[in-house]
Amino acid sequence: MFAFTHQVLSGLAMGSVYASVALAIVMIYQATRLVNFAQGEMAMFSTYLAWAMIDAGLPYWVAFFLTIVISFVLGAAIERLVIRRFDGAPVLTVVIVFIGLLVIINSLAGWLFTYSIKSFDSPFPETARFGAGYISPHEMGAIGVTLAMLALIWVFFRFTPLGLAMRAAAQNPISARLVGIGVGRMLAIGWGLAAAVGAVAGMMAAPIVYLDPNMMSGILLYGFAAALLGGIDNPWGAVIGGFMVGVLENIAGAYLVGAEIKLSVALAIIVGVLVARPSGLFGRVIVTRV
Amino acid sequence: MAALLETRGLRAFYGQTQALYGIDLAVEQGGVTAVLGANGAGKTTLLRALCAMTRREGELFFDGEAFNPREAEDAARKGIAHAPDGRGTFLDLTVDENLRLGAYTRKDRAGVAADLRRAFDYFPRLQERRHQQAGTLSGGEQQMLAIARALMLRPRLLLLDEPSFGLAPLVVKDIFRILAAINTENRVAMLIVEQNANLALDLADRAYLLETGRVAFHGPSSVVRADEAVRRVYLGY
Repeated sequence: MFAFTHQVLSGLAMGSVYASVALAIVMIYQATRLVNFAQGEMAMFSTYLAWAMIDAGLPYWVAFFLTIVISFVLGAAIERLVIRRFDGAPVLTVVIVFIGLLVIINSLAGWLFTYSIKSFDSPFPETARFGAGYISPHEMGAIGVTLAMLALIWVFFRFTPLGLAMRAAAQNPISARLVGIGVGRMLAIGWGLAAAVGAVAGMMAAPIVYLDPNMMSGILLYGFAAALLGGIDNPWGAVIGGFMVGVLENIAGAYLVGAEIKLSVALAIIVGVLVARPSGLFGRVIVTRV
Repeated sequence: MAALLETRGLRAFYGQTQALYGIDLAVEQGGVTAVLGANGAGKTTLLRALCAMTRREGELFFDGEAFNPREAEDAARKGIAHAPDGRGTFLDLTVDENLRLGAYTRKDRAGVAADLRRAFDYFPRLQERRHQQAGTLSGGEQQMLAIARALMLRPRLLLLDEPSFGLAPLVVKDIFRILAAINTENRVAMLIVEQNANLALDLADRAYLLETGRVAFHGPSSVVRADEAVRRVYLGY
């Protein structure tokens, strides 16, 4: 029972990382109907920025918040400078652009920071004050940070005029323009927010998976699985999906398939959801009249 | 006094296809101009061209100045509110959120709150459904919401695209009564596109008849109403 509880709790910790990545993917999907394959690499690059700042002597939390701000700016810049040029282009073109971004950011990180694996310190204490054994302080901290971030995002979208305008622009861009909303600006802000959310995910994941240019490849796959499981058009579904995938992954890794082929759990979830319930657990079923 | 809105030689295009061929039209300050015509005459296109929703050539003047919107949001910022074809409802947002979005460009919070109350005075049904998702409203209620949302901009000019479309006659009558009240009480100028010529001519002081992208006939409402051809084709008596 102890081992099982431990697996569930540490699954929730990685699940919080998957939930953040899934949320970032869904935020961009809702506004553009596009899945950003480079989301993971953007998060990885942000994590390197945090590492560089900490390495240069900045306190952890200063580096943490600076990374979020810089990631926001970089994310918005990618939308403005790159993605916008492909507005209205065929889906396949945009997919290639995303894959190109993925490769470019990956190589850039390797070139700037080398491919050798780095350790990334956790801001949380080494030894737990309570709940010892069940869950490490970093895992507990990661869950806490993620939940705080999710709460902030919820408040932003639910209660601020800018959040409302972004929801309107994502839902009905033409009407949004007619009431005076700059839809292009909303898209850039959306990309910035997604990049910031991804940055938090990267910084929370790095102490667990270590820092290297390929750290997010598995995480992105779990993020996709989470987004699909929850329903790719439902941000809160994606978050719940993230936590579920984290727990499933850990339990399956411990009791079913072993750690080596754990990643196939993500693929099994993706295929299973697409076959059995394409709109996800909380997604909306869209019926098209022909 | 200069007209509030004037178009000179307005042409509009969908891709390579031309839909308007040189429209000269005016809406007076505080006046109501009706645009009549059959399906495909270019009525909706005319409203879209004014909001930069189609490619456009020719000159626009708003309040005596050259007006050259590049994006639809430019029109809203000038004080031109558009209740579009299909009503443009934000279906997943609540009625309240839809209305607040209408005032997105405004910074005067007190004024917005007052206008929200005014909107509910005109359309009590919307107040009852204030916290409901807009997608659950009936067609008539969504049309009321479209008009109320447009009013939240506190516009100088209201563009209305077939407010009667798909609605029961009693609801239509109600909506046109409210539009008349809005025009007289708030001096909001209107450019209204309508298939129901009778209703539109009751509301409007000027009318234009469009045929395949050109103005076929125009003048004061009373003159247009008296015209033999208009009466036969559009009024049906």
